[in-house]
Amino acid sequence: MATIQFSGVTHRFGDRLVLDGIDLTLTEQRVGLVGANGSGKSTLARMINGLVSPTAGAVTLDGLDTTAKGREVRRRVGFVFTDPDNQIVMPTVAEDVAFSLRKSGLPKSAIAERVAASLQRFGLAGHADHPTHLLSGGQKQLLALAAVLISGPDVVVADEPTTLLDLRNARMVNDLLMGLPEQVVLVTHHLHLLTGFDRVVVLDGGRIIADAAPAAAIAAYTGLLA
Amino acid sequence: MTMIGLYQPGRSLLHRISAGWKLLGMLLAVVGILLLKAPWQLAVAAAIVVGGYALARIPTRVAWEQIWPMRWFIALIVIFQLIFADWERAAMISGTLLLTVAIAALVTLTTRVTAMLDVCQRLLRPLRRVGVDPDRVGLLLALTIRCIPLLVGIVHDVAEARKARGAGFSLRAMAAPAVVRALRSADAMGDALIARGVDD
Repeated sequence: MATIQFSGVTHRFGDRLVLDGIDLTLTEQRVGLVGANGSGKSTLARMINGLVSPTAGAVTLDGLDTTAKGREVRRRVGFVFTDPDNQIVMPTVAEDVAFSLRKSGLPKSAIAERVAASLQRFGLAGHADHPTHLLSGGQKQLLALAAVLISGPDVVVADEPTTLLDLRNARMVNDLLMGLPEQVVLVTHHLHLLTGFDRVVVLDGGRIIADAAPAAAIAAYTGLLA
Repeated sequence: MTMIGLYQPGRSLLHRISAGWKLLGMLLAVVGILLLKAPWQLAVAAAIVVGGYALARIPTRVAWEQIWPMRWFIALIVIFQLIFADWERAAMISGTLLLTVAIAALVTLTTRVTAMLDVCQRLLRPLRRVGVDPDRVGLLLALTIRCIPLLVGIVHDVAEARKARGAGFSLRAMAAPAVVRALRSADAMGDALIARGVDD
């Protein structure tokens, strides 16, 4: 597994302190990030692939600085967003998955084969030529996941990927995430989805207030709300 | 929601012809139609276009959807021409417009967007010398096509939200939230493009 390291990470949006001196090293295969809205968990997740740069401190992936070496880092870190509509850039399903391989240097026939295999894996084989905007919410999120995974990232960061989904689709997406051989960092409000995770980090007001196995971390989080 | 000119998968001859040849064929067909002089010639051209749709096995409903949005525009032209010219002129102008749209739609219905973008990128390659990035232009075109249903969805959501709150139709009141949401989506899409390595 890759080593994701946050060293003295502070982040401000204007006057607002979003992250406050975070020191954290993640090496586990399944890591959950939980916290209330505005706790800083999404900002922390976005720093892993350099979408957000810290105001102070550094974030590294296997020693690569995610700000200075953003492009290299993004080749190794796939990101699944909350709303798949913002992540899907091509008009049809197969075209969107193929978009991730456009700079792979593979011949068109090889790309088509890989796309077909990916769509099969995610249960989208029958939708290859369907317009992406006509897919259900669950199918869109599966497509977003397929498009991320086809480029072979080492780490998948998913920022509340089940928030907009019904229970059935949320479970399906979560089962897929849980079955991935890649390292997964999952930001979620659905605490039950974290069962089986190796580690759960709880954020509140930009600080880590718990960092433990799921049961203990969730107890600390729910204790905050009591 | 139906969309004009969306790819219809298939294995017909028209589907298998490369996008470049189809675009060239479309150009020649449109020029040919513009040169027609009599309604009977237009009728022959219409029969050929209908034959093209049949060859591509495009369902009648989908074919009809390509020209149906033009109905008011065509009606206006026909009325105008009947008042100021004659029925022949009205038939020629409205028929020419309908046929050119139908031909363009037939090309998009049988051609994947990526294939079309590949042609655009190839055609734009010489412009690299003057600083045009064909890949960027191709991506821009793909995003434009992709964003049409997104924007339609945003406007629909805003209209529903207003209706749910008992408000009537107001273009000005709808514009502000729709534009704000569209800008937010654009921002999020920008992040997603970076995350998907567009800048690599």
